Amino acid sequence: MTILLSLQGVTKRFGGLQALTNVTFDLPEGQILGLIGPNGAGKTTLFNAINGVYPPEEGRIIFRDQDVTRARPYHHARLGMARTHQIVQPLNELTVRENVMVGACFGHENQNLGNATVIADEVLAFVGLTSRADQLAGSLNVAQKKRLEMARALAARPYLLLLDEVLAGLNPSEIDNMIQTVLKIRERGITIIMIEHVMKAVMNVSDRIIVLDYGQQIAEGSPETIAKDEKVIEAYLGDPKLAEQLLEEE
Amino acid sequence: MKLWHRYSGILLPILAVAALTLWPVITGKPSNRESAFTILKAVALASSLNILLGYTGYVSFGHIVFYGFGGYVGIFLLTEKDWSLWTAILAGGVASGILAFLLGSAILRLRGAYFALATIGVNEAMRAFINNFELFGGPTGITLNFSVYKTYGGAAQALQTSFYIGAGLALLALLTSYFVRTSKFGLGLLAVRENEDAAEVMGVVTPNAKTWAYVLSAIIPGMIGVLFFFKNGNVEPHDAFPLHASIELLVMVMLGGQGTVLGPILGAFAYQGMRGYLVTSDFFKDIQLSVSGVLLLMIVLFIPAGAIGWLRHRIPLFRRVLA
Repeated sequence: MTILLSLQGVTKRFGGLQALTNVTFDLPEGQILGLIGPNGAGKTTLFNAINGVYPPEEGRIIFRDQDVTRARPYHHARLGMARTHQIVQPLNELTVRENVMVGACFGHENQNLGNATVIADEVLAFVGLTSRADQLAGSLNVAQKKRLEMARALAARPYLLLLDEVLAGLNPSEIDNMIQTVLKIRERGITIIMIEHVMKAVMNVSDRIIVLDYGQQIAEGSPETIAKDEKVIEAYLGDPKLAEQLLEEE
Repeated sequence: MKLWHRYSGILLPILAVAALTLWPVITGKPSNRESAFTILKAVALASSLNILLGYTGYVSFGHIVFYGFGGYVGIFLLTEKDWSLWTAILAGGVASGILAFLLGSAILRLRGAYFALATIGVNEAMRAFINNFELFGGPTGITLNFSVYKTYGGAAQALQTSFYIGAGLALLALLTSYFVRTSKFGLGLLAVRENEDAAEVMGVVTPNAKTWAYVLSAIIPGMIGVLFFFKNGNVEPHDAFPLHASIELLVMVMLGGQGTVLGPILGAFAYQGMRGYLVTSDFFKDIQLSVSGVLLLMIVLFIPAGAIGWLRHRIPLFRRVLA
């Protein structure tokens, strides 16, 4: 099994706040890694560290055998890492298609405009936004903007996809749609790290789960072991009954 | 019809500039030629500024610095080193491009108001520097020897030639604008304009993209500067770096529609037309700039996308026809 991404002792501080402490894990190719934890646990900060938005103070990040610890985000993108944002970041005054073309043009495949148009239309069909292609991105609703985030990231044809709460703010049927989309992405052989609050989804989809609390990895393992872990129940689920309930839902 | 749809984005601007060039040729009046030259110059400057302001989203309040600096370099080479007008114009463009490259690497890290303030500072610093730079004649500037015009068939012919060069530069500016707008490089710039952080995450190498946009937006102003001061017969710091001209350029771009190819051209036509009326009217001639100020305010408040942007928003057909 090839290791696609490797974090070694990643530590991030904001002033006096210790946002991430010694986060260490290896991510093999093709795996879906779920990242969970209470609000403020440092999940999004970890994404920002991984893709270069906030480089960590200590530790190393190796992506596709390259040390990317201090590299800028565009360097990560060019190496084949793509992400979605928890707070959607559409390019409002560009059309939906143009938004997706940016992903294809400037990702690791470095496509020209012609190919990017073809890829954009393909990806828009995949996420179900074809009918919106010529609309300005700013005019989409939240669920559509989330799909657009996903489409932009996919258009880059990344090796590693970072999904930051793509289910948050969606209604139950939209959630089911999105879960299907994530599973389809996995079938394409793309490695995924996903931050998710919707437990049902994260438990169903992930091969492995890491739990963060106050910037520390407090547990790691398969969805079943995580749901039974005492520390996780205490820190995150809070209520042991809730944990049981979640497992019963499986 | 299909061809028209495909190329209307570039044909409309070309037609506008061609019509403007032909107007004095057909009427044969030198005064029309001078009015047309002023508009062509504005078209070239506004279209250049649009690459930075409209496509990249960086507001430059001191863009006239490239016009002044390029003009100075070209006129210096023309008078002191006996360069021909053509090579001097090229040199002026190159000089402004290099200046933009060096400046851009430093100040394009700043965003929003900080960048805008820095560009004003750069313009004022350049003016102060040239004012004290003896090689460029200090405060009195450089005056062309009248005999220079003989090389170009006498003063009258030189004016005529300058007009055609001006039309050529305006055309070059709008072609540049169009090709940037429709290129992959341009798509990267638009992404930077919409959301620089997201653009970076998607792989746009933002420092390079911004710097090259800045360089591209500076070259033609440098060339226009040489041409204008050649035509003018002299160059001095006061004429080369007028801050109000920078602001007038902003008004033109905003009025016509930032981020579109046709917008700045339309803005240049409309603004220069209005200005021509105001400076000759008894009431407005002294407060002509306050009118631009009010105009800018109205645009920002009511039609921030400018005329072309407004049309594109309202009428889907225009989205295909107007680039």
